[in-house]
Amino acid sequence: MTAEDPVVDVRDLHVTFATDGGDVLAVRGASLRVQPGEVLAIVGESGSGKTVTARSILGLLPETATTSGAVLLRRNTDTGSSDVLSLSQNALREVRGRDAAMVFQEPSTALNPVYPVGWQIVEGLLAHTSLSRAEAQKAAVDVLRRVGIPDPEARAKYYPHQFSGGQKQRIVIAQALVLDPGLVIADEPTTALDVTVQAEILELLRRLPTEFGTSVVLITHNMGVVADLADQVAVMYNGEIVEQADVRTLFSAPKHPYTRALLDAVPRVGGSRQGAQTTARASVADREAAPVVEAKGLTITYPGRLRTAGFTAVDHVDFAIAPGEVLGLVGESGSGKTTIGRAIAGLTPVTGGSLSVLGTKVRGVSERKLRPIRRKIGFVFQDPATSFNPLLTIAQCVAEPLVVHGVASDAGDARPRVDELLEAVQLDRSYGERYPHELSGGQRQRASLARALALDPDLLIADEPTSALDVSVQAKVLELFVRMQAELKFACLFISHDLAVVDIVADRIAVLHHGKLVEEGTSAQVLDAPRDPYTQRLLASLPVPDPAEQAERRKAWRTLTGASAN
Amino acid sequence: MTADIESFTTPPSPEDLAADLTPDHGPRWHRLPIVKQLRTSVGLQRGMLITGLAITGMFIILAVFAPLIAPYSWAQLRDANGLFGSQQPPSSAHLLGTTVGGYDVLSRVIWGSRTALLAIVAALVLSLFLGVFLGLLSGYFGGWIDRTLVVVADAIYAFPSLLLAILAAIAISGGQSNLKSGVLAAAVSITVVFVPQYFRVIRSEVVRIKSEAFIESARVIGSSSARIMTRHVLRNSIRTLPLIMTLNCSEAILTLAGLGFLGFGIEPSSAAEWGYDLFKSIEDVTSGIWWTSVFPGLAIVLTVLGITLVGESLNDLADPRLRIRRAAGGKRSKQALDATNSVQTNQPEEAR
Repeated sequence: MTAEDPVVDVRDLHVTFATDGGDVLAVRGASLRVQPGEVLAIVGESGSGKTVTARSILGLLPETATTSGAVLLRRNTDTGSSDVLSLSQNALREVRGRDAAMVFQEPSTALNPVYPVGWQIVEGLLAHTSLSRAEAQKAAVDVLRRVGIPDPEARAKYYPHQFSGGQKQRIVIAQALVLDPGLVIADEPTTALDVTVQAEILELLRRLPTEFGTSVVLITHNMGVVADLADQVAVMYNGEIVEQADVRTLFSAPKHPYTRALLDAVPRVGGSRQGAQTTARASVADREAAPVVEAKGLTITYPGRLRTAGFTAVDHVDFAIAPGEVLGLVGESGSGKTTIGRAIAGLTPVTGGSLSVLGTKVRGVSERKLRPIRRKIGFVFQDPATSFNPLLTIAQCVAEPLVVHGVASDAGDARPRVDELLEAVQLDRSYGERYPHELSGGQRQRASLARALALDPDLLIADEPTSALDVSVQAKVLELFVRMQAELKFACLFISHDLAVVDIVADRIAVLHHGKLVEEGTSAQVLDAPRDPYTQRLLASLPVPDPAEQAERRKAWRTLTGASAN
Repeated sequence: MTADIESFTTPPSPEDLAADLTPDHGPRWHRLPIVKQLRTSVGLQRGMLITGLAITGMFIILAVFAPLIAPYSWAQLRDANGLFGSQQPPSSAHLLGTTVGGYDVLSRVIWGSRTALLAIVAALVLSLFLGVFLGLLSGYFGGWIDRTLVVVADAIYAFPSLLLAILAAIAISGGQSNLKSGVLAAAVSITVVFVPQYFRVIRSEVVRIKSEAFIESARVIGSSSARIMTRHVLRNSIRTLPLIMTLNCSEAILTLAGLGFLGFGIEPSSAAEWGYDLFKSIEDVTSGIWWTSVFPGLAIVLTVLGITLVGESLNDLADPRLRIRRAAGGKRSKQALDATNSVQTNQPEEAR
């Protein structure tokens, strides 16, 4: 094995998918090389072909795909390499795991829930090697130890559900590493994880080339992760690789306009306040008036089943939102932030404390009494793909609130107002005739905002409105949101896990951790001088899209968490 | 896709431009249920669908135009030349021979399709409306309504459908078996058996759709339950119905035939019915008279087969994972096609 030989050499790869709507060219002429011990990041937005490119390295494309070109993968057994695209199924099976392995996005679905994790790793070993079961057992425990699972002898007998998300991802990585492949393909390995856990998994992935001698192909849309991990970066757009450079060059001097647009769109903590990205937004909060939402000792418990205790999602939380104020609610998954939003909208019953929304106490109130309040509340959901009835046109969807509250008699009657709303969110009025699936994610989310604003609400609840969107689209939607808020002066509860996003839109930020409010204050207070250790850790874990700065931050993160530096 | 990047300075790609034009929905009839599937299908699935549609179409034509097609009436025993005679082999006067009762087999097979179609329509209408309504109610509101209905549905599953049909036949006809009571007996028993199936399917769909974000968004808007159910839930939950409807159809035919075969069916003088003819032809089989049993039997088998083929292929076509598509690329790059073919057909091919 000469060191100069690339681990994988993709030459002029074309992939075409057969779909109901005709052929789709997913990848057009991509060429890539990964040198031994190198981390190559493929970045791009959804639909750019990055996952398809990486999957074709393992021959993991569905039957509807047609490929041309060559994917030369170096064999682990000798010095030669094989063209994955021309291998038979049997030969492909040999290659997978031995020469290259894959780490999937969602660790909870990549592991089989009915077998112990150790068993699953052993199975992979037995399929590829002539080891005895005992030897394989030992190798599995060993690899679990190396990826940082504490007490691996005992934990190997645990089932996947007994591990946390981050540990599961470690196990998936162990499974990929156990056969000592020359290449690990990591498809969005940290997207499903919380920011603090993401930092730990990135730390592990960072050790792969040095400790395990594997190269890594990292697929991600997160420029912060790229800055943290990658040596080389390939930017994909519309099935083509538009730019390929080493990480420092790419971030400091992006050549292609798309790369520049992509980098500009990435939100940064503190970016808006320094005036570097968008003009600082002027607060329209009216603190003298009675608050729109006031929570005192708010507690929400989900009932348990048959004599088990209920789960307390929100635990004695106090906060208030003044008219015209944007409160950013930040926390990791399971912190109770969505539950609070749903409670305000009356979708989840309040079980303790008091919550008053627009002057009405919502605890134990009937659906009938809630209706007049609902008129004054708008809600933007996380996933624009599912928050529209797929059988109604956009105009009919946006007209729904108007029809339900008797402002218009039917969708046709509401059309002038709908057109007005669509134009306010920068959608052409012809989009009203389309069905939701005919719009892109960003367009749908704008339509969703139009629907939420249809009745000119006093309060808007936005539950992770941009987390399902690509960065460039996210930037547009956030900009629109900030403008609409300044114009219409509605109060808003903005729920997000992304500190940088919250920083752009919020006047004040509240940080939730395990259902408790750990810190609350203005954006500057919380983000520039966090007092609570959890907030500090959250901020330190956030990768910034700048390789040099991120290297500094990683050091700070290591000292904060006590992780061993190598 | 990425049509939102307005700041992106290079000219947009053809896809982006296409996304900005108002999409072409095609002529309206292209989106009708079966036409749409027929247009998207290829290969074996298309063959299945077309065969099924052809058989079913044939069946419906026979049923509707029976008076024009059938040479004689279902209960006709004689014509100008006198009696037909019993158990006559196929001849030019009686293309498929005559039965033991002296009826023309061909005429009874053709008229029988009319009875079968009536049974199907009655069974479908009764069970569809009741099942969908109950399923919607149960799935949307949950609670005690749901629990009670599910228990009742489960209990009905435990009954053999033919036994129910016999009971219904006796209760409805009161011993007199004419066309109306015979068809209604089959339809009612099928309804009792199929209401729980529609109920189950619709209920599970409704439960799934109830948790979708667009239902939540309707609730946040303040829509009433009735509006949410009719406008948002119902139309989204009936996608799986075509399959279960075809099952329902074939089951209706089989039950009607089963009733006839057991002697609870329709008198030969009031309507033609395939099951009854089969029942009467049992003795003929041992004495080498094949035409009296083969043709009514064939009619039952073909009709059920046709309807099932339609249902199966509709089901496959509705599922993107089961749907076969045209190979990508068409005539593009033959070598690329060869490469994928070799992978798909498992041909051992030595790596370079």
